[in-house]
Parts: sequence; C-alpha cells; structure tokens
Amino acid sequence: MRDVAIIGIGATKIDEHWETSLRHLALEAMQASMTDAGVTRADALYVGNMLSGELTRQEHLGALIADFAGLRGIEAYKVEAACGSGAAAMRAGYVGVASGLIDLALVVGVEKMTDTLGADTTSALAMAADGDFEASQGLSFVAVNALLMRRYMYEYGYSHRDFAGFAVNAHRNAIHNPHAMFPFPITADKFARAKMICDPVSLLDSSPICDGAAAVVLAPADAAHTLSAAPVRVAGSAVGTDTLAVHDRRNPMVLDGGIVSTQRAYEQAGAGPEDIDLFELHDAFTIMAALSLEAAGFAEKGRAVQMALDGEIGLNGRIPITTMGGLKARGHPVGATGMYQIVEVVQQLRGLAGESQIEDARLGMAQNIGGSGATVITHILERMD
Amino acid sequence: MSAPGTWRLNQQRYRLMGEVCETCGAKIFPPRDICPACEAPAKTPFALSGRGEVYSFSTVYHPPEGFEEFSPYTVALVQLEEGPMVTAQLTDVDAEEVEIGMAVEMVTRRVQSGGEEGVIAYGYKFRPVPNPA
Repeated sequence: MRDVAIIGIGATKIDEHWETSLRHLALEAMQASMTDAGVTRADALYVGNMLSGELTRQEHLGALIADFAGLRGIEAYKVEAACGSGAAAMRAGYVGVASGLIDLALVVGVEKMTDTLGADTTSALAMAADGDFEASQGLSFVAVNALLMRRYMYEYGYSHRDFAGFAVNAHRNAIHNPHAMFPFPITADKFARAKMICDPVSLLDSSPICDGAAAVVLAPADAAHTLSAAPVRVAGSAVGTDTLAVHDRRNPMVLDGGIVSTQRAYEQAGAGPEDIDLFELHDAFTIMAALSLEAAGFAEKGRAVQMALDGEIGLNGRIPITTMGGLKARGHPVGATGMYQIVEVVQQLRGLAGESQIEDARLGMAQNIGGSGATVITHILERMD
Repeated sequence: MSAPGTWRLNQQRYRLMGEVCETCGAKIFPPRDICPACEAPAKTPFALSGRGEVYSFSTVYHPPEGFEEFSPYTVALVQLEEGPMVTAQLTDVDAEEVEIGMAVEMVTRRVQSGGEEGVIAYGYKFRPVPNPA
C-alpha cells in the first residue's frame, strides 16, 4: 500500500441546471480538476452517482463519461451507495491508487435531479431506504428522517426551533461560496416559521433537490509535490455499514455505521476528534448533522443540538462544520455531494476557502452518508507541507 | 412494487410472519434468516402478535408515487411487544391524536393502489388499541 494525494479539484455551481445534461456537468467538473492538477490524462475514472437510471434513464456512466471527456479506452465505472455514492467513488479511486494498480485516477460525483417532476424524484430518493419494508409502506426519504428527528426531540427534550443552529450556520457559511445554491443567510426566526413538509422536518431542515458535479485527481503521494503546488494527502479512508431500515437498527438514535467509519478513519490517520480542524458532515437534514456529530465523537448522545445552539460549530467554534454551506445551503445533488465535501476540505487545507477559511487548517474530515445511515464513508485529509 | 414482489411478501404483509432464533430466542421481523442478535442461522417461522407501541411518527403530505390516494397519512415506527420494530402507516386515528408510547395493534388494509400491473397491495397498518390493558 502507498500513500495517496489529491492533486487537483474542480466543481460546477450547484443549481437547477435546466440547460446542462448530466454528461456536461461531469465534464465541466473533471476538466476543472485536470486543469488544476495540470494533467491531460488518467488511468481510470470512477463515477459516483445514485439516480441516473431512475431520473435520466441513463446507466453505464463510466464508459459514457470517459468517452465524453476524451478519455475513451480507460478503465471506468460507476459506484453507487445511495447519497453516499460520491465518497464511495472517492474510496474506489483511493483503493486503486493506494494498491499500485492505478497511478492517476479521476473521481467525479455527478447528479442530475431536475429532469423529473417532484413525485418521481421523491420515489427515486426513497430507494435509499429498505424497499420491501420501508418504502413499500409509503415512506418518503424525508419521512424516514422525520421519524428519527421526532424521537430525538422526545428522548432529549428539544423543540423543533432548537435545530436552527445547524441551518443558520450552513447558510451563513454559504454566502461566499461561488458554488453554493443558496448563498444567503437565514435567521433562527425564519427557521422557526418555515413550511412544515413532514412533521417535524420543515423546509429549512432539509437540503434541496439540485444538479451538480465535483471531481478530484488522485496520484501517489510521493509524486504529488512534482505534480501539484499544494497537494493534500488522504490520511484516512473508511467505510462503515449498518441496516438500511431504521427499524432494524440496534438503537435508531445512534449511527453505528458512523461510529465504525470514523473510528477506522481516525485509526488510519493516527488522529482523534480533537485533532480535526473542520468537519464537512452530511447535513441532508438537521437531524443527520446531530447524529453525525455524536457518532464521530464530537458530542455525547443528545448533546449535538445544544452544541450547535452554543455556536461550537461555527467557523471559529470548537469544531467548524459545513464551512462552505453544507448540504443544506451549498446543495445536495445526492451522488455528487461526497465529492463536493472532498473538494471543500481541500480548499480549506490549501488556504483557499476565502471568507470561510479556517485559520491554519491542517487536518480536515469529510463524511458522506448513504440512506439514513446504512453507508457512512469518512475521509480524513491532511495538508502536505 | 411488482406483482411477484408483493406476492413474495404476503406472509409478512398479512400475518407479520417473522422468525425466531433457535440459538438465542430472539424474535425477528422482517425475516432475515440470520439472527441479528447472535448471528446464528434463524429460519424457524414465528408470527408476531401485532401488538406494540408507537416509537416515533410523522405525517406524509408529499407521498411517493402510488400512495397519493392516502395523502396525508401518518407513518410510524412501532415497537412490537416481542422486541422487533416495524415501519408502517397508522390508520383509524387523526394525526393530532398520535403520541409516542401510544398502544397500537396490527390490522390489514390496502397499502398501495394498483400500478401499471393493476395489483392492489394489502398489508399491515396499525391502529390505536381501543382500551389498552
């Protein structure tokens, strides 16, 4: 096994891209990452995507995008792990380069969600849950999160308004992110008055349906300094799994997959929660931000919401999260999200995060979740000085 | 869900047929053939009583395809008295009356209207126990 570095990053703006197809979105992000890395070729392409078959009637994305990007002939395939598909592709690329079988890997996460109408998209997203025993009962994916949030409020004595800290922080951090879908602030009052979509989950607890693509170029770390002025080492990479269905969990209030995933990543990186300078977590819904912070060791059970209220998750807080807007305000094009998180952590470690910059960031963590916690993929990235 | 897919699940949907682990005694629903508690093979059928209590609940206003006719409807996680938890719709109750801990029991209802194949799916929903003991 050898160390792996990220030598290039690229992303599209997240939006409702009516005029841009899935393949064009992927191309734009990939070209940006290759320009950034100063490379014109790659040995392999890994595509993270969840819903192309359901929403755009297109599968077989590996060869499609490789050909479209002028890379016809290279190894290429799609990796799928629901909303965790982006980080799953990153993991595949990491394994390829770390193993020595691949020298230069391209990883792109891409999702095109706005070609279909609302009910179709809702049904497609529900495929992240257990088809036979959750979705078949009429549960939308929002409803799965609502069940978790209601119970969390009940067990720990929170009101809906208490979750405002996550959404307010995410929106504040998105303001200066040129890729963000919602680069504007919201207030706790606005959060409290937001339209309820699946009680207790409101519109401002939820990430938006949108389109986007983000990409990186991976290379062996020992060659990284010759290829890039500011390489970033992949210090930890780990996947943890759990039951698809919430009703099958050991304790629905604990993300066991998140505990396993972060512990493995910490171990590989030789680090712990106290060493992490920023944490790009999977705030698809505010409740997932809370459960992720607890599983990753930043808060005791039931304390993450209070932690957000106390400002500990802000850019100057104990553990800054969603520093460029997170899923809530940067946007959540599901299979692309994991790659946006990686790109943003690299921006932070390069010192190029602008107004969102965490001072002297050295170690950053990105965590992408598939479903309501069934797949949790954690990457810890380290600045290479 | 496809007609064969619906048909395959009829023991679960009509009778809450799960399994019992011969090694550790755990009751299992939905059936999964390997005991989640002790990881021993567990294929002995066991029908759950259908009695339990609400662990959590929500109301769906934007239903996935095939559930429009029921909208809005209340969904719940129900903790069954034998231990397993099940996800299901609640019925015969107003959303405002539902609370965590409420005693419920299984009933058989229509859960999904016919899709392209025209199959109407019946299955379990849960309703409040009229006079819980």
